[in-house]
Amino acid sequence: MDHTAYTKDMFEKVKRDEYHADRITRPTISYWADVWRRLKMNKLAMTGLVILIIIFIMSILGPYISKFDYREQDWDKINLRPNKEYWFGTDELGRDLFSRAWLGTRYSLLIGVAAALIDFGIGILYGGIAGMASPRLDAIMMRIAEVVYSIPYMLVVVLISVVFSDAGSGTSMFVLILAMTITGWVPMANLVRGQVLALKEYEYSLASESLGASKGWILRKHIIPNSFGPILVNVTLTVPRAIFAEATLGFMGLGLQVPKPSLGTLANDGLAVMPIGIFYQILIPSILISLIMFSFNVLGDGLRDALDPRLRQ
Amino acid sequence: MAKYILKRIALAIVTIWAVITITFVLMHSVPGNPFATENRKIPENIMENLMKKYGLDKPKSEQYIMYLKNIARFDFGESMKQDSETVNQIIARGFPVSARLGVQAILIALIFGPALGAIAALYQNKAPDYISMIISIIGVSVPSFVLGSFFVQFIASKVDWIPISGWGEFRHTILPSIALALMPLAQFARLMRSSMLEVLGQDYIKTAKSKGISRFAVIMKHAIRNAILPVVSILGTTISNLVAGSFVIEKIFGIPGLGQFFTTSVFNRDYTLIMGVTVFYAMVLIAMMLLVDVAYTLIDPRIRLTKEGH
Amino acid sequence: MGKLLEVKDLAVSFQTYFGEVEAVRGISFHVDRGETVALVGESGCGKSVTANSIMKLLPMPPAFYKSGQIFFEGEDIVKKSEKEMQKIRGDKISMIFQDPMTSLNPTMKVGKQIVEGIIKHHGLSKDEAKKKAIEMLDLVAVPQPEKRANQYPHEFSGGMRQRVMIALAMVSNPELLIADEPTTALDVTVQAQILDLMKQIQDKYGTSIILITHDLGVVADMSDRVIVMYGGKLMEEGTTHEIFKNPKHPYTRKLLDSVPRLDMDRSESLHSIAGTPPDLYKPPKGCPFFERCDEAMIICKDHMPEKEYHTNSHYSCCWLNHPMAKGATEGSEI
Repeated sequence: MDHTAYTKDMFEKVKRDEYHADRITRPTISYWADVWRRLKMNKLAMTGLVILIIIFIMSILGPYISKFDYREQDWDKINLRPNKEYWFGTDELGRDLFSRAWLGTRYSLLIGVAAALIDFGIGILYGGIAGMASPRLDAIMMRIAEVVYSIPYMLVVVLISVVFSDAGSGTSMFVLILAMTITGWVPMANLVRGQVLALKEYEYSLASESLGASKGWILRKHIIPNSFGPILVNVTLTVPRAIFAEATLGFMGLGLQVPKPSLGTLANDGLAVMPIGIFYQILIPSILISLIMFSFNVLGDGLRDALDPRLRQ
Repeated sequence: MAKYILKRIALAIVTIWAVITITFVLMHSVPGNPFATENRKIPENIMENLMKKYGLDKPKSEQYIMYLKNIARFDFGESMKQDSETVNQIIARGFPVSARLGVQAILIALIFGPALGAIAALYQNKAPDYISMIISIIGVSVPSFVLGSFFVQFIASKVDWIPISGWGEFRHTILPSIALALMPLAQFARLMRSSMLEVLGQDYIKTAKSKGISRFAVIMKHAIRNAILPVVSILGTTISNLVAGSFVIEKIFGIPGLGQFFTTSVFNRDYTLIMGVTVFYAMVLIAMMLLVDVAYTLIDPRIRLTKEGH
Repeated sequence: MGKLLEVKDLAVSFQTYFGEVEAVRGISFHVDRGETVALVGESGCGKSVTANSIMKLLPMPPAFYKSGQIFFEGEDIVKKSEKEMQKIRGDKISMIFQDPMTSLNPTMKVGKQIVEGIIKHHGLSKDEAKKKAIEMLDLVAVPQPEKRANQYPHEFSGGMRQRVMIALAMVSNPELLIADEPTTALDVTVQAQILDLMKQIQDKYGTSIILITHDLGVVADMSDRVIVMYGGKLMEEGTTHEIFKNPKHPYTRKLLDSVPRLDMDRSESLHSIAGTPPDLYKPPKGCPFFERCDEAMIICKDHMPEKEYHTNSHYSCCWLNHPMAKGATEGSEI
C-alpha cells in the first residue's frame, strides 16, 4: 500500500476543459510519409532500391566511362577474359563487353519500364472507363479483357516479334514493347476497375456526388489517389516480367535488333561460347538480369507490405 | 455450377478462336511471301506451284476459312521448310517430350513450393523463414535459362552420370526439370507463405486451437487446407508461363521437344509450323487453364455450392 | 475448494516493436461452479486478453504472463505446458468467439468441426462422432440437423453459425465456458435467442460461464455476478443486483447511464462517455479512469485506489470511497 500521507487538498475535485479527454496520445503522420517510413524499415526492399539506383546510374554512365565503343570490333582481341583494359572482357567479335553490358542494361530497362508504363496507361484508361460505365458496357469490356488475357502471354510476344522482325537481325524496340503490352494490361485494368467500383460506393464519394460533383472529378480526386498504392505495386512487379520476356526472346533469336545490345541478346551470345569453356560472357548479363529482377521484386513486395494497413506496426 | 463450367468452356473456345485468328492475321501480314525471303531466286513457275500447294494464291478470306476448317479437323498443314513432314507429325514427335518435362517441373514446384511456404509462415522471422525466403527470391529473380546454363556448365560437365544434353532416360530429365521448376516453386512458396500468414491470423484457427486438438492437426486440417487455395488459383497461369521457359531450356539441354522445333521454326520463318505450333500450344494451355479453373471450383466449397443456387 | 476458477494478481503484457503494452495489470477474481460471471468493459480494456489468457490462446511471443496465477480446479494454468493445455481445451474449458462469420473453417463440414475436439479427447468412432454432432445440432435448435451436419459454414446464417459455435463448445460438456462477446455481431432479435439458448444449456449442464461483453442489457439478463474492467484493471465487482442497484464506481455508473432506456425523455440526448480508453503502452500510474472521470480528484491522477468492500460480495476501487473524499469542494484546475 502507498503509505504517503494523504492531505485534504489531494481530495479536491479536478476541473478540466472539454477537449482534454479526446486527445490522442500517439503522434499522427501523413499517409505517404508512413508508407515511406515502413518501406525504409524493410531492409530487403531498401537493398533492392539501392541496387536499382546503382544499375540505373551505370546504365547511363557505363557506356561513356569505357573508352571503347560498343560496336567497335577488334579481331585481335576476341574472347578476352575481364582484365585491366577490358573490364568485362570481350566477346567473340572483339567488342568491349563493359560498354555493351551497360548499354544492354539501358535498353532492357527501357523496354521493361516502357512496357510497364504503357500497360499502366492502357490499364488505367480501360479499367477506369469500365468501372465508371454502365453495367452493360462494363460487362462487355470485361469479357473482352478476359479473352485477351486468356491468350498465353509468351505466345503472343513471340508471334508478334516473329512477324514484325527481319530474320536473323532481331526485333526493333518498338515491336518488342508493343508485343509485351498486348496482353499485359489486363491485370492493371482489373485492379483499377475494382478500385473504381469499390470507391464508387464509399460515403465520401456519394457525398460528393450529391453535392453535384461530376463523375470525372470523383475519378480524379478520390479514386485515383486511393488506387495509387496497389497500382504502384503492380507496375513495379510488371517490369521484371517484361525483362524476363525480352531475355527469353533473346534466346530465341528474337531479341533486340543488332547492333543494339540487350541483356537477352548478350546472354544468348554468351550461351554460344559456353561449350568452349568461356563463362563470363553469359555470366555477366545473367547476373545483371537477375539483379534487376531481384531488385524490382523485393521493392514491389516491400511496397505492397508498406501499403497494407493491416501490417501497421 | 454446371452453368459456370459452360461459361468457362465458352470462354475457352472464344479465346482459342481469337488466337487462331490473330495468328492467321499476323502470319499473313508479313510483307512479301514466305518463299521470297530466301536469298536465292526461285523461278516463277516453281513459285506459282509452291503458292498453289500452300493455297497462298487464293484470297485471304478463303484461306482463313480453309484454315479454320483444317484446324477443326486437327490438321495443321504441312511444314514449309521441313520437307515431307506434316506439322501434325512434328507436333506428335515433340509434344510428349515437352509435356513430360513440363509435368515433372510442375510436380516438383507443387510439392516443394507450398511446403516451403508453409514452413516459412510457421517459423516466421526465424531461420527457416529466411532460408525459404532466400530460395524464393533467387527463384523468381534468376531466369530458368540462366539456371539451366549453369547446371550444364557446372554440374552436368562435372558429374558423369548426368548427361550434358539429349533425351531418353530419366537422368536426362533431372537438371532441366529442376531448372524449369525453380521459378514456379518460388512463386508458390511466396504465395503460400503470405496466404498461410493470413490464414493463421483468422478466427477459425483460434477456434480450432480452443478445441484442444494437436498443433499438427490445426496446421494440416485447418491452416493448410485454406491457405493452399490461392496457390491452386494461379496454377493455370503458372503452367502457361512455364511454356515460355521450356523453349529455352530445351535449347540449352538439347531436348527434342516441341519448344525446340518452335524456336527453330521461328528462326527459319517456317510459317505453317509457327502457326501450327502456336495454335496447338494455345489450345493445350487454354484447355489446361480451364481444367484448373474447374478444379478450383470443386475444391473450394464456397464457390461450389453457391453456384448450385441454394 | 468450491472455486472452479481463481485468478490471482494476473498481469499479461505484449512485447511490441516499440515497447511493452500492459494489457492486464494485476487482476483477481473467481468463478464458482454453476454461476455466470460477466466481465464488462469497453473495447481495449483487457477483457478479451483476460479470457484468452485463461485458455492460454494468446500468441506467446509477443504476449507473456508477467505475473500472477490462474487456478483452474486447483491447478495453476500459467505453469502448464502446451500439451497439458491441449488436454484441457475443448474438454474442460471451452470458448466461443465474437464473430460467427469468421470463427468457423470455411472448408470443413460443420458436423466434423463440432466433434473434432471430442474425437481426440474421448476417442470416438466415426459413427459415434456423427451421431454426437447431430445430437448437438439438435440441442442448439438447428433444424434438420442430419442434413445440416454435412453442410459448410457459408450455408448458415450468422445466428445459426453462433449456434454451431455453442454446439462446438458444449459438445464435451465443459466445466467452464468462456463466451467472448457472443452476441455483439448479431441482430438484436437473434441475440435474445442465443442468450436464451445459453441459459438453457447452463440449466441443463450446470456449466460455469464467463460472459465477456460491453452490453449491459446482456449482463442484466444472464449473469449472477458482474466484474467491471477498465484500462487493464478491475474497477468494481458485485452481484448483478448490487451493481445495477447500487453502482459505486463512476465508470460503472456511466456505463449504466449510457444504456438507452425506453422511459427516457425524448428530448434528452443519449449519454455517452467522452474520450477514449488509455493507451496501455505507457499506462497511467494512478486510476486509469482519471482522464474521463467527472468526479476525479487530484489524488486520482498518480495514485491507484484500493479495494473497498461495501458488502461481502461488492467492492469498488475508487478514491471516492476514502473518508477524506467526503465533502470535497470544487477545486483547482490541473
